[in-house]
Amino acid sequence: MTELRHRGTTENDLQHQQSEDKGSESEGKAEKDGASDSESKPDTGPPGVPVPADDTPEVLNKALSGLSSRWKNWWVRGILTLAMISFFFFIIYLGPMVLMLIVLCVQIKCFQEIIHIGYSVYHSYHLPWFRTLSWYFLLCVNYFFYGETVTDYFSNLVQREEPLRILSKYHRLISFAMYLTGFCMFVLSLVKKHYRLQFYMFGWTHVTLLIVVTQSHLIIHNLFEGMIWFIVPISCVICNDIMAYMFGFFFGRTPLIKLSPKKTWEGFIGGFFSTVVFGILLSYVMAGYSFFVCPVEFNSDRNSFEVDCEPSDLFQLQDYALPAALESLTGWPTLRLYPFQIHSISLSAFASLMGPFGGFFASGFKRAFKIKDFANTIPGHGGIMDRFDCQYLMATFVNVYIASFIRGPNPAKVVQQLLALRLDQQLHIFNSLKTHLTERGLLEEEA
Amino acid sequence: MTEVRKRGGKGGDADSVSDKEADGEDRLGLPGEAGGDGEYKADTPSVPPSTADNTPQFLKEAVEGLNPRWKNCCIRGVLSMAMISGFFMMIYLGPIMLIVVVMTIQIKCFQEIIDIGYRVYHSYELPWFRTLSWYFLVCVNYFFYGETLAEYFGALVQREEPLQFLVRYHRFISFAVYLAGFCMFVLSLVKKHYRLQFYMFAWTHVTLLIVVTQSHLVIQNLFEGMIWFLVPVSIVICNDIMAYLFGFFFGRTPLIKLSPKKTWEGFIGGFFGTLVFGFILAYLLAQFQYFVCPVEYNSETNRFTAECEPSDIFVMHEYTLPFTVQSILRWKTVTIYPYQIHSVALSTFGSLIGPFGGFFASGFKRAFKIKDFADTIPGHGGIMDRFDCQYLMATFTHVYIASFIRGPNPSKVLQQLLVLQPEQQLSIFNAMRDRLRDRGILPPAATEAM
Repeated sequence: MTELRHRGTTENDLQHQQSEDKGSESEGKAEKDGASDSESKPDTGPPGVPVPADDTPEVLNKALSGLSSRWKNWWVRGILTLAMISFFFFIIYLGPMVLMLIVLCVQIKCFQEIIHIGYSVYHSYHLPWFRTLSWYFLLCVNYFFYGETVTDYFSNLVQREEPLRILSKYHRLISFAMYLTGFCMFVLSLVKKHYRLQFYMFGWTHVTLLIVVTQSHLIIHNLFEGMIWFIVPISCVICNDIMAYMFGFFFGRTPLIKLSPKKTWEGFIGGFFSTVVFGILLSYVMAGYSFFVCPVEFNSDRNSFEVDCEPSDLFQLQDYALPAALESLTGWPTLRLYPFQIHSISLSAFASLMGPFGGFFASGFKRAFKIKDFANTIPGHGGIMDRFDCQYLMATFVNVYIASFIRGPNPAKVVQQLLALRLDQQLHIFNSLKTHLTERGLLEEEA
Repeated sequence: MTEVRKRGGKGGDADSVSDKEADGEDRLGLPGEAGGDGEYKADTPSVPPSTADNTPQFLKEAVEGLNPRWKNCCIRGVLSMAMISGFFMMIYLGPIMLIVVVMTIQIKCFQEIIDIGYRVYHSYELPWFRTLSWYFLVCVNYFFYGETLAEYFGALVQREEPLQFLVRYHRFISFAVYLAGFCMFVLSLVKKHYRLQFYMFAWTHVTLLIVVTQSHLVIQNLFEGMIWFLVPVSIVICNDIMAYLFGFFFGRTPLIKLSPKKTWEGFIGGFFGTLVFGFILAYLLAQFQYFVCPVEYNSETNRFTAECEPSDIFVMHEYTLPFTVQSILRWKTVTIYPYQIHSVALSTFGSLIGPFGGFFASGFKRAFKIKDFADTIPGHGGIMDRFDCQYLMATFTHVYIASFIRGPNPSKVLQQLLVLQPEQQLSIFNAMRDRLRDRGILPPAATEAM
């Protein structure tokens, strides 16, 4: 709240302010941190993470050379924000395949940033083998998850190609063998003077894998359900950041949490309500297009992804009778909505209430290790991880939400499992299913 | 190899932990390590060694007269016999008992490792942290047990309404429970202790990853049939003992710097000894339905039963020996259970990779300058000391079963079927009917009777 800002168009505002929020927060934090974090233990001093070099492209530097340094910073951030938004729209336009690739790249970059912090904290650049091992474990875990995804969603393709079929059948064994190799290499690489460091880095790598890689794969699963399940949650989190900042800027008075002194209750609550409204509007706009709502499928004849289907019930407009109280207020007897808009309320609610906790966690982490930003990849904004820290909880929530409330198991997968059973087991299941369907009246009793 | 040990009964499960103990003694004598570790800024350990003597009084009195070296051996021998008898008794008591014991061991291992974390980081006084660690343990266990129960207790679950609700929204509920813990962690961050708190958070999660997930894999193996629990566990124990014996009698060439007492002779001898042992044990156990049948919950009698038609791998087959072996042994064929061939794979893994789990634990103990994980078992150390090699084995067995032995679990498939949309169910039903008719399992349409 110490800086005034130049407002651009509406959408640019959104990204702009979100970045501004994080920027001012981290600056404030850097001032406050100082010596108060020094702990009683011999964990002395800052970890010596070097101050990142100025990454701003030369062209920007020249264009802004006339302005005072404060305004210069905002302009740099504003321009980068615009660039990120345009990029976001562009990749959505390019389709699901490119989105998957982008998610993979973001994941790798986040992993690299966090591991790098680990190296800096522990001064462990010279540890034998460790860089190799970290990247190797990343590769293993990604192989495992991508293999499961491919087997689930590309079953036709997999069954057709013989090498793929074998890889898929023994997928778990192969993944486990790869992981074990890494584990054995770690054990063999233990060097007498560095045991503790090596165990620390091993633990650090595994926790990073747990957070970054599993959740990026949940994002991809969400994406396969339909691009709307990817776009709406991400936009809700971004919108919440921005709205909370704006409300905090104009009305902020009561601090929210000691960990992030710039956050206020007014911002939090204002952000909540506006994110809910934003979510409803965005879902309304997107639910009309089959490009967004259809599950992504791989067409094995044409070897490409397509999103083409009969939209499910969620994405068909329905009439809801308003309760009497609302009826008298608005004068409308019924409301025409997509059921998905109701789901979007839960998504927005989660993004507004829990998303900030992801941000607090990352703030706490940065304070704990006395770093200002995770890295310096994006000029003015920090690292990729800085942009994505609130997204992770959201991705898991959306995945769990879909699994619990929206879809059942994937029918193709169930059929696959059925066909793998023994014949007597298949017969048993067939009879149970017949009983079940007959009871439900779906199957006629045959004479 | 500084101690001769008294072995209990048959080649059972006396544990060869002298390796580790000897490692510990070696390590304490090496000064260079302490200096080297100081180069990074984190914590000097000063983890106080666990000195409490846990030995019961009567044992102490009984071994009063003996020389201290023999005294230690006696205590260890007695405890080993006690552990073996305990093991047999639990097997006798059945699968539910085994599950309860696995659960108890898991909790104890978790507690031991977390305790080490507290000592390393001097973080006893951290606000909320004990509560949070146990809370996360409960969450993850709830998640895993819920998944397991839903799979294997389908009939029971369908009957009880609240259980049905819990099963249907299980993931959501587990996630909510975990999130509550996560939020509590964030809210508990205290200015002076940020780094410590993050360290303990990570320590807890890595421990959960190692200990809890693998104990659940052990339980899933158990549900496949008790033989899939007994044989791997026995193989790991036997490998420890055999490696020790061979090392003791023939050991000469050191194996790895991390554990100076291990030798190549012990390693290779242990490998072959374990192969033979696994082969024989598989033969003995495969004859009993009690061991080979999948554990099922009988909803009428409300009990677990292990009764079934043994699957093909537990039925004797005749195998023609390859020519060379034929000429050596002068047997044309050999009649064995196919399971015995699988046991060869399990033994191989247990002998070759199992020791890496032990090295990992040794490295861990050296890194944090502790002699044993805890002092629960007199003479042996903590529960974790006994089980460190077992973890990799449990995961391997699980992956092995999933890849080579069983297909998907039929009751789980049925459950998933019942949750699908009616149109999807109908289409699958019709497809199945046609398929089964093609295979001749179902009579053709005209003569099908309801």
